[in-house]
Amino acid sequence: MRRLGQINPRTLPLLATLGVFILAYALCALQFPAMLSTRVAANLLTDNAFLGIVAVGMTFVILSGGIDLSVGSVIAFAGVFLAVTIRAGLDPIVGFALVLVLSTAFGAVMGAMIHYLETPPFIVTLAGMFLARGVCFLMTTDSIPIDHPVYDTLSGLTWRIPSGGRLSLIAVVMLLVFVAGIVLAHRTRFGTAVYGLGGNRASAELMGVPIARTTILIYALSSGLAGLAGIVFSLYTSAGYSLAATGVELDTIAAVVIGGTLLTGGVGTVAGTFLGVMIQGLIQTYVIFDGTLSSWWTKIVIGALLFGFIIFQRGLVHLAVRRRQAARLAAA
Amino acid sequence: MQASSDPLLDIRGLTKIFPGVKALDGVDFTLRAGEVHALLGENGAGKSTLIKVLTGVHGRDGGEIRLAGAPIEARDAADAQRLGIGTVYQEVNLLPNLTVAENLFMGREPTRFGFTDRRSLRRAAAALLKDYGLSVDPDSTLGDHSVAVQQIVAIARAVDLSGRVLILDEPTASLDAGEVVVLFDVVRGLARRGIGVVFVTHFLDQVFALADRVTVLRNGRLVGTRAIGDLDRLSLVAMMLGRELSAETLKRHRTGRVAAEPFARFEGYGRRAWVQPLDLAIRPGEVVGVAGLLGSGRTETAKLLFGIKEADSGRAVVDGRPVRIASPRVAAALGFGFCPEDRKTEGIVGDLSVRENIVLALQARRGWLKPLSGQESRAIADRFVKLLDIRTSDIEKPIRLLSGGNQQKALLARWLATEPRFLILDEPTRGIDVGAHAEIIRLIERLCDDGLALLVVSSEIEEIVAYADRVAVMRDRRLTGVIEGDGVTVDGIVRAIASEHREAAS
Repeated sequence: MRRLGQINPRTLPLLATLGVFILAYALCALQFPAMLSTRVAANLLTDNAFLGIVAVGMTFVILSGGIDLSVGSVIAFAGVFLAVTIRAGLDPIVGFALVLVLSTAFGAVMGAMIHYLETPPFIVTLAGMFLARGVCFLMTTDSIPIDHPVYDTLSGLTWRIPSGGRLSLIAVVMLLVFVAGIVLAHRTRFGTAVYGLGGNRASAELMGVPIARTTILIYALSSGLAGLAGIVFSLYTSAGYSLAATGVELDTIAAVVIGGTLLTGGVGTVAGTFLGVMIQGLIQTYVIFDGTLSSWWTKIVIGALLFGFIIFQRGLVHLAVRRRQAARLAAA
Repeated sequence: MQASSDPLLDIRGLTKIFPGVKALDGVDFTLRAGEVHALLGENGAGKSTLIKVLTGVHGRDGGEIRLAGAPIEARDAADAQRLGIGTVYQEVNLLPNLTVAENLFMGREPTRFGFTDRRSLRRAAAALLKDYGLSVDPDSTLGDHSVAVQQIVAIARAVDLSGRVLILDEPTASLDAGEVVVLFDVVRGLARRGIGVVFVTHFLDQVFALADRVTVLRNGRLVGTRAIGDLDRLSLVAMMLGRELSAETLKRHRTGRVAAEPFARFEGYGRRAWVQPLDLAIRPGEVVGVAGLLGSGRTETAKLLFGIKEADSGRAVVDGRPVRIASPRVAAALGFGFCPEDRKTEGIVGDLSVRENIVLALQARRGWLKPLSGQESRAIADRFVKLLDIRTSDIEKPIRLLSGGNQQKALLARWLATEPRFLILDEPTRGIDVGAHAEIIRLIERLCDDGLALLVVSSEIEEIVAYADRVAVMRDRRLTGVIEGDGVTVDGIVRAIASEHREAAS
């Protein structure tokens, strides 16, 4: 019975993103056939591993109608913390565990403040962003290289895939996080609660969604994944630096929105976010392949894409409202 | 329908006080298992307060609620649900972005190994929906369905969760006739299963079609409870629009004369899905009352004439010249004024002073490039505070600190300051005490004597009789007739409203 104009608004943005991704890849491949190789594809995954991991957490936050501006700072914090503690003789594995615990707890506190103090997430996570970045500078202002056998082992760990590509450990970690995120979003009560919270907070509360617990878990998840992204980032760069990952929170939000998640919450998918991250990576790769373009072109194209998607989303909302009005008109 | 005589829900002497208003005053209400009990009353009669106290949204200030004999006190909506009282509101309180199945089982999804078991979820939802004769795909998004389907899904969820008392708060307000029939079948089926249904509506036809008993509230007090068989439309309308005002207020104090030539004429004036085309002439020195039940199109007519909603049919003639009233700005420029029904959200600007509120419309008409000087605006405000006897210690006081009656007078002053020729008042006496009530009525009469043309919308029939020269009777968003001269009596108006119902019911 569903007509073409009534394609599920839940899948329409995802389809649009998929279309953009395929189109972009086709255009790139047309100009540089080498971009079709598995080596480029594997590098795409490796280079964007930390962005992908943190974007999964951000997807949950935005699905719930919130925002998390602190993730970039948390990534930097994780890197600096690891560099400083490993230099002081701590085992990296223990360091990883500590980073995950600290970052998750940090997110839980932010979530609790958002819920119990009824403060907008924007403000709370903005404070969290300054706080985490400030703590980085407190630990060190230098870029500290990490030199440890465990790091050498982990960053050397790769799996060979057909026709020459090598899948790195951090790429695999990112893919696993995406799979876990998809399961969490669509196959658990927590996932349904997140969608419910973003759909209509008051209704969700009336329907018995544990608002406080869900909010705290969402921000704990986001920060925890930012911590994991920080670990991945430190493996990728083998260093910790206070100014690292500046503005990554904004890249992440862009990836989530390009991935078809509505900023108003309630609609979107984790799989779409994967495409959003890959589109960003693709543009970057194109710029590198071209060689003559300034790297700022990445930002320009991302900006244009974002504008396009925001207009597209407004159009969808407008369409939904019009459809509802038409239904009411028919009823009157 | 077989209704047992033991009350399922028994409310005695329920009282709820909001600052300055007794929203419920010793109200009794009983609901039997297996009956559909209609709860009726105009806006502000206390229907929603009763429901909110019952479902734990508000606390109560007195009285007792018993469910199946045991006293209950719900802390919140979820608590009421656990006790067995489920509520479905006019605006469906579900999540349109989730699927039908997810909405039905939100918070209690079947799980396997800690993960949502999609297949059992779908199967359980399909089974539940089958009981309601609804064949929709449980995996479809709720928001894609019509309001009627969403309404039934909300009912299915509420009954599945609570299962003893179901409260339907204006469930039919946005449904078409066919959908109403489907909904009524569902409600009747639930009553047969022994669930007590409280049905809040303002459509009398639906009351007679569905309800077993009727309880009418008015101004927070119980007017009465009747079995539907003991009632006809006329007596029900009379119960709803009872008599409140003193004889002194009702006496006519008119002296002025009505001009023969109308100031404004509306011919076939209407808007789709808003108000059906109507013909109405407005003359200086005359008060036209607009009467009808809640939802009959009273307020809609007022908003249409003032250009808040632009008409899409017919024409308006002001001073003999055809005009297009496309916005309130145009209307104000033509010499129209409008005091809205909902003072708090559409009328006063609470944090601005009495003075600023009074000069607002005048300033808007002059344009922001020609500001009134402080002295001018103070002079204007002072004059109207004296003229209308607005009781405030200081004209610079924020208007929200004034009583309802004085706020209303300040709103009147706002439009009078623009020296209008046609003033539209929507429920000018709602929510103000009896003393101020009489004052407002005197004021309306005085303005009329001064040669102003007035259109007054009111749910108080006595009040309309007190000041109106002619009464336009509304029904189903249609102007069904204009009563004039000796016909303007309480009985005449009630009869006109009720008889229209009888006609439409057949």
